[in-house]
Amino acid sequence: MSLDISFIGILIGSIMASSVPLILAASGELITERSGVLNLGVEGMMIIGAISGFALMVITDNLFIAIVGSMLSGVIISLIFGFLTQSLLTNHVATGLALTIFGIGLSAMLGKNFVGIPGKEFPILFSSLRESIPFFGPILFGHSIVLYFAFALPFLTNYFLKKTKLGLVVRAVGDSPVSASNQGINVILVRYCCILYGGAMCGLAGAYLSLIYTPQWIENMTAGRGWIALALVVFATWSPIKVLIGALIFGGITILQLHMQAIGFRIPVQFLSALPYLMTIIVLVVISRDSRKIKLNTPTSLGRIFYKEK
Amino acid sequence: MYKNFFRYLISAIFLLGFSVNSNADFKVGFVYVGPTGDHGWTFQHHEGRNAVEAAGIKTTFVESVPEGADAERVIRQLAQSGHDLIFTTSFGYMDPTNKVAKDFPNVKFEHATGYKREHSNVSTYSARFYEGRTLLGHIAGKMTKTNTIGYIASFPIPEVIRGINAMTLAAQKVNPNIKTKIVWVFTWYDPGKEAEAAQALIDQGADVIMQHTDSTAPVQTAEKAGVWSFGQASDMQRFAPKSILTSIIDDWAPYYVERAIAARDGKWNQQDTWHGLKEGMVAMGPYNSAMGADLVKEVEQLQKDLASGKVHSFTGPIYDQKGNILVAEGKVADDGMLAGMSVYVKGVEGDIPK
Repeated sequence: MSLDISFIGILIGSIMASSVPLILAASGELITERSGVLNLGVEGMMIIGAISGFALMVITDNLFIAIVGSMLSGVIISLIFGFLTQSLLTNHVATGLALTIFGIGLSAMLGKNFVGIPGKEFPILFSSLRESIPFFGPILFGHSIVLYFAFALPFLTNYFLKKTKLGLVVRAVGDSPVSASNQGINVILVRYCCILYGGAMCGLAGAYLSLIYTPQWIENMTAGRGWIALALVVFATWSPIKVLIGALIFGGITILQLHMQAIGFRIPVQFLSALPYLMTIIVLVVISRDSRKIKLNTPTSLGRIFYKEK
Repeated sequence: MYKNFFRYLISAIFLLGFSVNSNADFKVGFVYVGPTGDHGWTFQHHEGRNAVEAAGIKTTFVESVPEGADAERVIRQLAQSGHDLIFTTSFGYMDPTNKVAKDFPNVKFEHATGYKREHSNVSTYSARFYEGRTLLGHIAGKMTKTNTIGYIASFPIPEVIRGINAMTLAAQKVNPNIKTKIVWVFTWYDPGKEAEAAQALIDQGADVIMQHTDSTAPVQTAEKAGVWSFGQASDMQRFAPKSILTSIIDDWAPYYVERAIAARDGKWNQQDTWHGLKEGMVAMGPYNSAMGADLVKEVEQLQKDLASGKVHSFTGPIYDQKGNILVAEGKVADDGMLAGMSVYVKGVEGDIPK
C-alpha cells in the first residue's frame, strides 16, 4: 500500500468532506440547545433540506437558489417545531421526534419525481492548487464553498456565544429563562430565532449531501447522520470547537476503517464498524473531563417548557 | 335516510358476492427492504409489482421495512388484512416469513434469496446473480491496469460471498495477477457510506469498482474519480455514463406475474426457484464501447455460454484460501454448495466477518 505523504493529504481531504454535514447540523443544533430548546428533529430537517435543495437545482438549474432554498426549507419546517413548542408549549422531545418522522415521510413524497435524475457538478474552488501542492493541496484546496463555511462555522459560533452581547442573551435564555425574562428579554422570540437558525443549518447540511457529496436524490439519504449530529452536541458538552473535533474524529475513523479493510488489516470488521462511534465518545468524554467547564456550557433549562405569565 | 342505508347495504353485499366469484379481491402484498426510489434492488422488485398490477391483479406494498422484529409485524399485518400471496424481498425476512406462514396456512408466501421453506405455503426464489458476477469479473480482469478490483460488500451471507467468489474466479482466469480488495459496509443502503467505501477502495489503488449494495452512490464516485464501475440490480448507466461498463439487472417481473396468476387460479405449489441468464431473471445492461469491440464480443459469447449451460461460473478446480480443494477438476459446484457458500476462494484477500 502507499502511505506516502501526498496520500495522507488526500485522505485528510476526504475525511474533511465527510464530516461537513455533521459539523453544519451539530453547530446549528448547538445554538438551538444553548437557548434551552431540545430539537430532536435534526434528521427530519436535514432530509427536507436535501430534497428541497435537489428539487430546486433540477427546477431552476441554479445552485445558488438551491442552496438558499434548502436553508429556507429548513427554516420553514423548524418553524412548525417552534410554533408547537414555543407558542403551544408542547413537549420538546415528542415534537422533535414527530418532526423527524414527518420530515422523512414528506421528503419521500416530495421526492417521488426527482428519483433517478443525475445531479449537477458543484463547483469546487482552487482546483488547480489542489493538484500542484503535495499534501497541503488536497487538504486546503479543491473543496466546495460549503465546506469552507462549515469549517469556519464552529469558530464563528464560539465567538458569537462567548464574545457578543447577542450570544450572552442566547446563553441567558438557555440557562435561566425566568431571570432573562425578568431582565426584559423576550425569551420566546430568542428561542424562535435559535430554532429557525438551527433549521437553516440542518437544511444546508442536507443540501450538502444531495448537491455536493453524493449529488442525487435518494429517499432517506441522510441515513441517520442527524442523530449522530445530535449525539455530537451532547458529547461535545455544548462547545462548538469540540463539536468540530468530534465530527472530524467520527468522519475520520469512518473513512480510516474503510481503508483498513481495503488494505486488509486482520481486525474483525464488526469492531472496525463500531469504532467511529466508540472513539468519538471516548475522545469527547476524555477532553471534556473538566466538570466546571461542562457546567459552564450546559444550558441548564434544556428541554424545559418556558411559560410566561401575563 | 334508512332507506338509503339499506340500499347501500344491499349493493355492498351484492358487490361483495360478485367480487368473491370473480376473484377480484385476490390481493398480492410486497415487503421491500429499501425505498422504491433506490434505483437498485427495491426499485427492480417494484417494477415486478407494477407488472403484476398491469396483469390486472390488485397489489399493495410496504417499503423500507427493516430486517428484524419490524418485518414480522409488517408481514403479519399483510396476511391479516386479506392478502393471498405475499412476496418478502430481502434475505433478512427469512425467519419472520416462515414464522408468519405457520399461522396463516391459507396465505401463500414467497421469500426472495432465502433457503428456508419450513411450511408448505412458503416458496423461495432467487436469481443466479453470480452468473452476472462472472461476466463482471471477466471484464474487470481485462480492464484493470492496477490489477486491483475494489468490491463493496454488504453483509456476510452466502449470496454476497458467492458473488465475490464468482467475480474473482472469472477475473483470475483472464488475469492471474488480480487482487480483490473487499470493504464490508454492513448496510444495504447508505449512499454516503457506499460513496466513502468506493473512495477508500479507489484511494487504495482499485481502478475497477463493484458493489453489492443498493444505491447508485458507488458508480457516481467512480465516475468522479475516473475509474471503471458496474451497475448493480438495475441499469445505472445514466448515473455514470463514462464509468459504467455494464450493469447486472434483476428482472423479477415475469416470475411475479406467473406466480400471482398461479396463486389466483389455485395452481400455486411450493417450489424453490433459482433462475439465471437462461430464463432472463438475470440480464445484462448495455456494454460500454470503451471496452473495445473484441472484449464486448468475448463477453457476449461468455454470456451466451453461461445461459446455455456450456460454461458454469464455478468450474473446478476451485480452492479455498488455505488451498483445500472445494470443487474437483472437471466438476462444477452443485446448487447445494452454492446456496450455502461461506468461504472465500483462493485469491480473495482478508477474512469473512463472522
